[in-house]
Amino acid sequence: MSKERIKIAPEFYEIMPPEYQDLVNRATYGNDSRGWKDIGTSKELIEEHSLCAGCPESMAFRYILASLPNPEDTVMVGSTGCTSLVFPHVAVHNIHSLFGNQNAIASGLKRALTVRFPGRIKDVVVLAGDGATVDIGLDMTLQAWFRQEKFTTICFDNELYANTGGQESGLMQKGFVAKMAPVGKQFEKVRLPEIARESGCHYVVNCTVSKPSLVEKVIRNAVHVAREIGPTYLQLYTPCILEIGKNSMEGLQEMRDSEKPTERFAYKEYISEPAKQLLAEIAAKEKEKKAAAKEQLAAQA
Amino acid sequence: MNQYRVMPGPEHFLPPAAASMGIRLPNPGESHIHGVIVPEEKAYEEAARQFLMAKVPTIFPGPLVLWAWNEKAAKKATAIRHLYETLKECVTPQQRAMLIPMPDYRPKYPKINPEVEINPNHPNLTIWHNKIDCCMFVGVHCHQANLSLKIIRGGTSCYTVAMCAQAGHEDAMLSFRDASVEKIMKLAEWVRKLKGTVKVSQTISKSGSSN
Repeated sequence: MSKERIKIAPEFYEIMPPEYQDLVNRATYGNDSRGWKDIGTSKELIEEHSLCAGCPESMAFRYILASLPNPEDTVMVGSTGCTSLVFPHVAVHNIHSLFGNQNAIASGLKRALTVRFPGRIKDVVVLAGDGATVDIGLDMTLQAWFRQEKFTTICFDNELYANTGGQESGLMQKGFVAKMAPVGKQFEKVRLPEIARESGCHYVVNCTVSKPSLVEKVIRNAVHVAREIGPTYLQLYTPCILEIGKNSMEGLQEMRDSEKPTERFAYKEYISEPAKQLLAEIAAKEKEKKAAAKEQLAAQA
Repeated sequence: MNQYRVMPGPEHFLPPAAASMGIRLPNPGESHIHGVIVPEEKAYEEAARQFLMAKVPTIFPGPLVLWAWNEKAAKKATAIRHLYETLKECVTPQQRAMLIPMPDYRPKYPKINPEVEINPNHPNLTIWHNKIDCCMFVGVHCHQANLSLKIIRGGTSCYTVAMCAQAGHEDAMLSFRDASVEKIMKLAEWVRKLKGTVKVSQTISKSGSSN
């Protein structure tokens, strides 16, 4: 892990636009302790986004990119949806897949990267909306989990098809009336976190993105578990403020309201036994590292 | 015999892919000028002549050479810089040689700054803004180079040269293939050799190369 691979040729340094110079000098590639707290002080890996003002998905995107443990060796696989409007601005390798195919693409990609770069850690992270994950791509999503493919699947759950005007999705809550689903949803929200657990995912979390530190933790856990053990799944509530009739400033409150203990996005976590062991080992190492750093500081003082 | 020739535009809004008009790629040791296969030596001379004739000869280095991925890329970067410096030395004070990067291929929102970069999705903006009348692409991935070359041919009168590391580009007006440090340096030599022998073009319209 280093910035070696994003070095500008010295002959061209001065003609490069400043955002690229910043990316090399002030981005957090190669920094083991990178996280959401770097937002605002370091160069972010997302230059600009074309999402709506106040969109919770844009917040989620920034937290995720700030939290990836190994961004220079990560490939993200996106799918059709609002996320695909952001990927062109992201300084992490990414692939846009055909709608719903994201987990099939990621399976092949992860295997190919393992063969092509045997000595290097390569993470694959799927990031798709609920339509791609649960409706159109459910087959590919589940089959990847059944096969124990080693990558992370993140679903930005906004409970409908947002950028096509508000059609009903499998993850929409029962009874909800959307602009293009006037009858109201007739059946319950699909319980994908539970399905993920039963399908072999080793780390599953269902939550909102109202707390950046929580998003950071679950992203890091999910990527580490996927790297070493098997598939992981995160379902993050990123409400579409336009389609649920909220204003730009109301996205955060909507998420806070939806994560109360009795609500559908109350924090839910499932960790398999091998994953628990791995995360405990990682936590112990982190602790050791912090203690050593503290000791070093004390010695210097 | 195929009559189609890849000439400076503006051809029209959606120019055909030159390959679809029967233009074929050169074999090793060859190049093409306007779609006609020629010995590589002739292409060096013509590319150098076009550079020296232009009011704003410009090199567009792409990501494959802008970023020091490996030793080979780093050496090519040095050679391209040398070509640019040579060009600067060899043009008259009325000409303005430029070096404008194409750092990556992301669409730029809300708007590209055409003074400092070129983007394959709308390369014409950079050409128009800087009134570029001759340019050379180097270190740009095939698909993005083809896209750019077609857009430039469609909407501008800029002369395009491709210094391609693979099999060449039909959509450029002049294309080398198998680009290497040696070939880039050789083009620089030709620019130096023709210095002072070529008359600067007077045919540019007031609005630059866009016509």
